[in-house]
Amino acid sequence: MIAWTIYLTFLGAIAALLLPRAYARCVALGTTVAGCLLAVSAFFEAGDFGTLHTIVRVPWIVPLGIEYHLAADGISLTMVLLTGIVAVSAVLFSWNVRERENEFFFWLLLVVGGSYGVFLSADLFLFLLFYELVIVPKYFLIATWGSTNKAYAAMKLTLYSFLGGALVLIAFVATYVAGGSFDLHVLSQVHFMPQFQAWVFPVMFLGFSVLAGMWPLHTWAPTGHVAAPTAGSMLLAGIVMKLGAYGVLRIAMNLFPEGFQMWRYPIALLAVMGIVYAAAVALRQRDLKFVIGYSSVSHMGFVLLGLATAQALGVAGAVLQMFSHGIIAGLLFAVVGRMIYPRTHTRFLDELAGMNLSRAIPFAACVFAVASAASMGIPGFSGFVAEITILLGAWRDYPLLVIITGAGMVLTAAFTLRAFSLAFLGGKAESTPLKCDPITPAEKWGAALLIVATLAAGLYPKPLFDHIMPAVLSMHWLKP
Amino acid sequence: MITLLILVTLTGAVAVSVAPRGMARLLALIFNAATLLLALGLWRGFDPMTGGLQMIDRHEWIPAIGAQYLLGVDGLSLLLVLLTSLVFPFAFLAQKADRTFCSLMLIMQASLYGTFTTQNFVLWFLFYEMSLIPAFLLIKIWGGANRDRAAMKFFVYTFLGSVGMLLSFLVIYRSSGTFDFAKLAQTNVQGRLMDVLGNSTLGFLAVWLVFAGIFVGLAVKIPLFPFHTWQPDAYSEAPTGVSMVMSGVLSKMGVYGFIRLLLPLFPHQFHVLGPWLLTLAVCSIVFSSLAAWAQTDLKRMVAYLSITHLGYCMLAIFAIDPVGSNAHVDDTAALSGVFIQLVSHGITAALLFYYIGLMEERRGKRGIADFGGLMQCAPLFCGWMGLALFSFLGLPGLNGFIGEFLIFKGSFGLAPVAGTVAVIGLLVTAIVLLRAIQALFSGPVAKSCEGFHELTMRENWIVLPFSLLVLWTGIAPGFLFHVINITVVQMAYYGADALQFMTAQFPR
Repeated sequence: MIAWTIYLTFLGAIAALLLPRAYARCVALGTTVAGCLLAVSAFFEAGDFGTLHTIVRVPWIVPLGIEYHLAADGISLTMVLLTGIVAVSAVLFSWNVRERENEFFFWLLLVVGGSYGVFLSADLFLFLLFYELVIVPKYFLIATWGSTNKAYAAMKLTLYSFLGGALVLIAFVATYVAGGSFDLHVLSQVHFMPQFQAWVFPVMFLGFSVLAGMWPLHTWAPTGHVAAPTAGSMLLAGIVMKLGAYGVLRIAMNLFPEGFQMWRYPIALLAVMGIVYAAAVALRQRDLKFVIGYSSVSHMGFVLLGLATAQALGVAGAVLQMFSHGIIAGLLFAVVGRMIYPRTHTRFLDELAGMNLSRAIPFAACVFAVASAASMGIPGFSGFVAEITILLGAWRDYPLLVIITGAGMVLTAAFTLRAFSLAFLGGKAESTPLKCDPITPAEKWGAALLIVATLAAGLYPKPLFDHIMPAVLSMHWLKP
Repeated sequence: MITLLILVTLTGAVAVSVAPRGMARLLALIFNAATLLLALGLWRGFDPMTGGLQMIDRHEWIPAIGAQYLLGVDGLSLLLVLLTSLVFPFAFLAQKADRTFCSLMLIMQASLYGTFTTQNFVLWFLFYEMSLIPAFLLIKIWGGANRDRAAMKFFVYTFLGSVGMLLSFLVIYRSSGTFDFAKLAQTNVQGRLMDVLGNSTLGFLAVWLVFAGIFVGLAVKIPLFPFHTWQPDAYSEAPTGVSMVMSGVLSKMGVYGFIRLLLPLFPHQFHVLGPWLLTLAVCSIVFSSLAAWAQTDLKRMVAYLSITHLGYCMLAIFAIDPVGSNAHVDDTAALSGVFIQLVSHGITAALLFYYIGLMEERRGKRGIADFGGLMQCAPLFCGWMGLALFSFLGLPGLNGFIGEFLIFKGSFGLAPVAGTVAVIGLLVTAIVLLRAIQALFSGPVAKSCEGFHELTMRENWIVLPFSLLVLWTGIAPGFLFHVINITVVQMAYYGADALQFMTAQFPR
């Protein structure tokens, strides 16, 4: 049933392209809502989340042993749920797109469908196919509908992504040669030589971590986020960056546990560097969207730190952080890209400061306050549960890094608060608020969806843990 | 019952934000009446003769990280819940408020109820942090001229403290496997930490680091010297209602944390650091009272005196050396003093900030030099405000006296030197307040104060119940002791058990 998320989204993409212009938005909304409902129903269906269940398995390119093989466990289901939620809100926040709508929603749905595909595929070839399928539409979304420096940003993002993709491809080919199959089930039974793991793991990891925005390979992320249209940034930060982290966990770590053990200390170090460095850089940005772009890099550092713990709790926290950051980043980009920019025509903090935005668009101020709190890791929102779980996991092996991460958390609070104060509370209360259009219902619904998601995950994360924990515990190479 | 209290407040926050524009404050007051009734119901249902937690509400929450939804009250929690329920309606009455303001205040109120009743660290931390954002926004949006700096300073200080505290508790959880306050108090946390971290110099250092993380986090919140510098800025820039709540209730979170979290967990550290901590408390008392002397702004003066008053609490807490062989009489006296002081400081500080708010409303300024001879144009105002000032000064017969008397009675027995030096604080406080009374109330009517009008009927009715409470607590404080007695005795004797326990563990 969950495989239909992929088919339905691709069908919707074609329909959005072919149907008359007026229907494109509605088709996109219908498709993403249907996908989201499918994801929710699959998420809440009882079952065994610990093992990778095969959903569809059809021989495809027989001579190479490539199969069309979809499978899901608790982690995939969590990520599919995230994709569903972010996709619906991304469509809602692009309701105002009035330029070449057919193509816009076509590309957007391709990204969503490709992401569903990545999270569900259990065959390396299929995985890579979907993975590359996500990258191409991103280029067109940014280059056509983008803003600030869009040609540069689109090119940079695509080149980085293809570089990552190429590294992953090399690693996959090597894995195929050594393991004799593309199938994850088969490969996970193979024990690769430690010497082999020692070099394949870092190659594959580097390939994936480009997309995950790992320091120092993150530079495509802020420029890409800034240039992308709102829905583009939401999908990019919300889902696409998670594809990289998901690939690290599902394929690189799962197939090469020994290689991972050899490299996990440098990875943890890079992760913490990313957390602190990106937060410090965000503190000095003038463009509000750059602040959020760097905050994404900082938060993805938590995901990598969680993965690098090699402990069940830390890895579970990393998955939770992927979910949480997807929602929160989506919300932040939605406020800046959709609620503020079209109304003020600027994103510079010092210019926004004079506009008294908290009076002009109080709804946006409220949403941004909630999103900032969630992003800072205030308890009650999903970010806190994820971060505390990651730090609990990280404590045993990296006590010093945990303390440095604490400094990073303070920096995060500082830059988030600075951005919020300057953007919304900068002016005098008496100064006349900017005259602008009221917030549309589409924006309200989109924001409400994401806020409910982050609050629900923060206040009652048990359903998420119930899915993630069994899957993580079944990874026998992790310490409990 | 406790859950209901929190839920009603949160519902209020939502209801207020969608209510018609003019109705916000009325609605907030209605919800406050409901919470006050619920808190009184809690008091009624509370059995003062049994120790330990009562009315426990326990559910599984996040089993993966040992977080439970666990609420319960003992004497201390109940006392602070009652204080919260009293100060918040007072603050709402004192302040013009629009929808956002009321909504933020109610969120803060809910978080305070949560902080004072939660018995599991994760949930406690949730509520503790939940008060932070509303407080920041309340200062930032409705504050005075320097609000930006004050709000930022407040937030950064407190957040820094919270992160340290969070990291420390992660370490504690990793070593002891529980976040439950009661269970943590029973386990030998230091021993467990040493088991995990290794009984080496490094492990020993780590234990101290963990202790320091929590200590600083809580000390910032109170605030304790030298972590106090955010406080005068925040209190004086905040609007009247927010100053009332911040000094009246928010500052109690830190003291509460000391008693509930830190003292039971780290008796050995308190024992070793005892003299140094006492020095901090004495510095807090003496320096802040001297600083208050130098202030020309009434609000800053009261802010500094608040540090002095909470310094008395810290003096008593640090004097109760949980490992040393103290007389239980002194322990119980000091601890009861702390509890009573928390309540009386809450009420009195809120009253004083209210009066200063009224003066500012009438005159537009709040410097001591801007007023004079108020007695002649507004005798009633001076009478009521004088009552609050004298209570702040610790005059026998008023509520401030009871707490301070007990604290000093206890600390003279436990830590004679520190107690004696701290008396300077009492003297200076008296000088500061008497000087203020003289400058404000007596003398010829200042030119600018000729139009200063008397308390209106409405204002009279607002201050009456609180002033009566000041008198009542001062004359017949039995009703408060009734609530806290068993809790105090339990805590004091727990210290005695800890003594035997610790001497067995760490022979000196």
